[in-house]
Amino acid sequence: MGRPTRVTNEIRALRFANGEMTQAELADRIGVTRQTVIAIEQGRYSPSLEMAFQIARVFGVPLEGVFHYPEDTPA
Amino acid sequence: MSLKEKSAWLQAISATCMYAAYLVVVLGPARSASVTGTAYQRPMITIIVAGIVVSIVAQIVMGMTSPGAAGRTDERDIGIHRHGEYVGYYVVSAGAAAALALAMAEADPFWIANVIFLAFVLAAVVTSVVKIVAYRRGF
Repeated sequence: MGRPTRVTNEIRALRFANGEMTQAELADRIGVTRQTVIAIEQGRYSPSLEMAFQIARVFGVPLEGVFHYPEDTPA
Repeated sequence: MSLKEKSAWLQAISATCMYAAYLVVVLGPARSASVTGTAYQRPMITIIVAGIVVSIVAQIVMGMTSPGAAGRTDERDIGIHRHGEYVGYYVVSAGAAAALALAMAEADPFWIANVIFLAFVLAAVVTSVVKIVAYRRGF
């Protein structure tokens, strides 16, 4: 049922690099539930572009500093 | 567990329990008589009203006991809600088609009413299960 996502992220590392920010604190900063932050961190949910920008802004890094999308391998 | 996931669990459990109670009330006396002669109207209306009241009260209680952020609804909740309702729509549609076929076949109103009622219950359960799976496995 879950939609597979190839998007990976550095949220966990960025949280620890930013004063060991908790998932709850990040959730409050971007106005979502802690469960949604957990789901994004674990790759179970791909956030909207707007939420992705909000997350990047919290950590003060560009979007690609938080989220990565793998290059397509040639067939 | 977010408020919306709790709501999905509540809907799945309450719909199942309410329908089980309905079956006990309606089918219990029907054992000795024809099932189509059973007075199903009052139990069905009672169960529907009770289900609505229980749902509203439970939502209020859960909202009051979910402080601040725990009671928040975000884009993931909205997406999962839409996904669940979309699947539930097909269950209701299938039930409506079955009821239509029974009506055309001039079946007893007992069967038509019960097929529609079952479709609503199944839709509620399927919708909830789809939402719970989406919350647990990813969306």
